[in-house]
Amino acid sequence: MKILVPVKRVVDYNVKVRVKADGTGVETANVKMSMNPFDEIAVEEAVRLKEKGAATEIIAVSVGPTAAQEQIRTALAMGADRGILVEVDGVVEPLAVAKILKALIAKESPELVIMGKQAIDDDMNATGQMLAALMGWGQGTFASKVEIADGAAKVTREVDGGLETVSLKLPAIVTADLRLNEPRYASLPNIMKARKKPIETVKPADLGVDAAPRLTVLKVEEPPKRQAGVKVGSVAELVDKLRNEAKVI
Amino acid sequence: MAVLVLADRGETVSTPTRSAVAAAQQLGGDVHVLVLAQSDAAAAAQLPGVAKVLVADGGATAQGLAEPVAALLVSLAPSYDHLLAPGSAAGKNVMPRVAALLDVQIISDVAGVEGPDTFRRFIYAGNALATVKTADAKKVLTVRAASFDPVAAAGGSAAIETAAAAEDPGVSSFVGAELVKLERPELTAARVVISGGRAMGSSDNFKILDGIADRLGAAIGASRAAVDAGYAPNDMQVGQTGKIVAPELYMAFGISGAIQHLAGMKDSKVIVAINKDEEAPIFQVADYGLVGDVFKVIPELEAALDKK
Ligand SMILES: Cc1cc2nc3c(=O)[nH]c(=O)nc-3n(C[C@H](O)[C@H](O)[C@H](O)COP(=O)(O)OP(=O)(O)OC[C@H]3O[C@@H](n4cnc5c(N)ncnc54)[C@H](O)[C@@H]3O)c2cc1C
Ligand SMILES: Nc1ncnc2c1ncn2[C@@H]1O[C@H](COP(=O)(O)O)[C@@H](O)[C@H]1O
Repeated sequence: MKILVPVKRVVDYNVKVRVKADGTGVETANVKMSMNPFDEIAVEEAVRLKEKGAATEIIAVSVGPTAAQEQIRTALAMGADRGILVEVDGVVEPLAVAKILKALIAKESPELVIMGKQAIDDDMNATGQMLAALMGWGQGTFASKVEIADGAAKVTREVDGGLETVSLKLPAIVTADLRLNEPRYASLPNIMKARKKPIETVKPADLGVDAAPRLTVLKVEEPPKRQAGVKVGSVAELVDKLRNEAKVI
Repeated sequence: MAVLVLADRGETVSTPTRSAVAAAQQLGGDVHVLVLAQSDAAAAAQLPGVAKVLVADGGATAQGLAEPVAALLVSLAPSYDHLLAPGSAAGKNVMPRVAALLDVQIISDVAGVEGPDTFRRFIYAGNALATVKTADAKKVLTVRAASFDPVAAAGGSAAIETAAAAEDPGVSSFVGAELVKLERPELTAARVVISGGRAMGSSDNFKILDGIADRLGAAIGASRAAVDAGYAPNDMQVGQTGKIVAPELYMAFGISGAIQHLAGMKDSKVIVAINKDEEAPIFQVADYGLVGDVFKVIPELEAALDKK
C-alpha cells in the first residue's frame, strides 16, 4: 500500500505573528517556518504503518514555494521515501490544493492519504474533506486512531462529546488530530539519508489544475486587544470583585 | 434566495446551531434548517425566524456520516445561495465536503457577516482577523458560534417537511461511539467555564474543579496539556484546535496561556487566571489574576462561594 502525505509549510507555531501595517496580511519575511504540526503527526502515522508492514511506500507532497522543499526533507528524514513539490507562489486555497492532490493521486494511485486536520496558518480545517469529496472516497477526519485491515480503514475520531469510530473502504482519506501519535524527531543519520532521497518538482499547470484563489482578502487586521486587568491579593478579594464589580457570579 | 442551515444532531437544538441560525438571518432570505432525524425536527421548528425545517428521512444520514450527509446537502443545494453549519466537529466534517462537491471554496469559522459574499474570520490562532470576499456563486460556510448571539430556543413555528433522500455513496459505515454523558452545561453554551491545565497533575486532581463548577453551574474545560496527559477527555479541550468558548466568566486554573489556548477563550467577557507563576502569559489577558497554588486556592474559593 502506498501512502500519500501532504505537508504544508507554515509559520512555526511558536512565532507570535504580526499583522502587516498596510493590512494586506501577516508578516512572513524573516519568520521561522516549519512543517504544519498536524502534518508531522500525519507523517509519523504513515511511517508507523510502514514499520508495521501495512504500507510499502510513503510519498510526501507539498504545495508551495521552492522553500517548501525543506518541509519535504523533514518528512523524508522522518521516514518518507520520496517527495513531490508542487511549486506555486502565493496563496493556494484548500480547494486548489485538493485539486492538485487529486491530479497526483491519479498518477500515483495511493490507497491512503494521511494529512493534517488543520493548517495552523489559515485554520481552515478543510483540505482533507475536500479531497475526499473530489475523489468520492470516505473520510476519517480528526483521527485519534487508525487501523488498516481487510481493505478498510477503521478510524477513531475526536468529535464533540467524545469519540466515534467509522469504517472506510480503501482508498480513503484520514486527517490527523493531535492525539493520533507523538511525532518522532529525525535522527542525524536519517537527516543525512534524506538528502539522497528524490524530490520531484512540478507546477499546477503540468497537472492541468487552475490554482487561482476564489477568495479575495479585502483586509487583515489585528483583532481587538484585551487589556491586562488587575492582580488580586486573595481569594476573598477575587470573589468580591466577581460579585460586585464584574457582577458575573 | 433562501439559506440552509445544517443542524447538529440532538433533540434539543445546540447553542452552536442557534448561533448558525443567527448568522443565517444576517444573510437575508428565508432560513431553512435541515435536521438529520425525525426526533430532532420539533425543537428546530420552534426556532424563531426559521421558515421551514427539512427532515432527512433516516438511513445513512441518521448517524451523521459525512459522505451521505454531504450528498444530501448537495442534492438540496440548487434551492439555496448559502449553505451553513455550526463550526462543531460535525459541521467541520461535512461542510468542506459539500463545498468541494459544488466546486466552491469553503469559508470556515465565519466570525462576522459583512454582506452576502463578504465574511470575517480569524487566522493564525486568532492573531489576525481577515475580511474575505468570495467569487463563488454559492457560499458554503461554517459559523464560529462564539461570534454570534444564538437565536432563542423557542418562539417560532416553522413548517416541517421531509427532504427527498439522496444516494449514499456507500464508502463509509458507522462502527460505534463512546460519548461522554454530559452532567454539566455544554462548553460552548455555558455562561461560566472553569478550565484546568497541566498544573492539575492527575485525573483525580482534575476532579477538584467539580466543586467550583457545581457552585457556579459551570462547564469544565481543559488545556491541551491536560487532555494529552489524560486528565480530561478530548472534547473538553479549549483552543485553536479544540472548542472556542466565549462565556460571561472564564476561569483558568494552572494554565500558562499559550496562544493556541488563548485562541479558544479570549473573547470571554471576564477572564480570571489562577497561576503560581506571576509571569505566566495568561495574566496578560486576565481581568483578574491571582498568583497562587491551585490546590490552595480551590478549597478557599469553594468556601468563599458558599459564604453569601
Ligand atoms: C498545533 C498545536 C495546536 C494546539 N492547540 C491547542 C489547543 O487547542 N488548546 C490548548 O490549550 N493548547 C493547544 N496547544 C498547546 C499549547 O501550545 C500549550 O502547550 C498548552 O496550552 C499548555 O497547556 P497548559 O497551560 O495546561 O500547560 P503548561 O504550559 O505546562 O502550563 C502549566 C501552568 O500551570 C502553572 N502551575 C503549575 N503548577 C501550579 C500550581 N500548583 N498552582 C498554580 N499554577 C501552577 C505553571 O506556572 C504554568 O503556567 C497546541 C499546540 C500546537 C502545537
Ligand atoms: N499547500 C499545501 N501543501 C501540502 N499540504 C497541504 C497544503 N495545504 C493544506 N494541506 C494539507 O491539508 C491539511 C489541512 O489544511 P487546511 O484545510 O488548510 O486547514 C494540512 O494539515 C495539510 O496536510
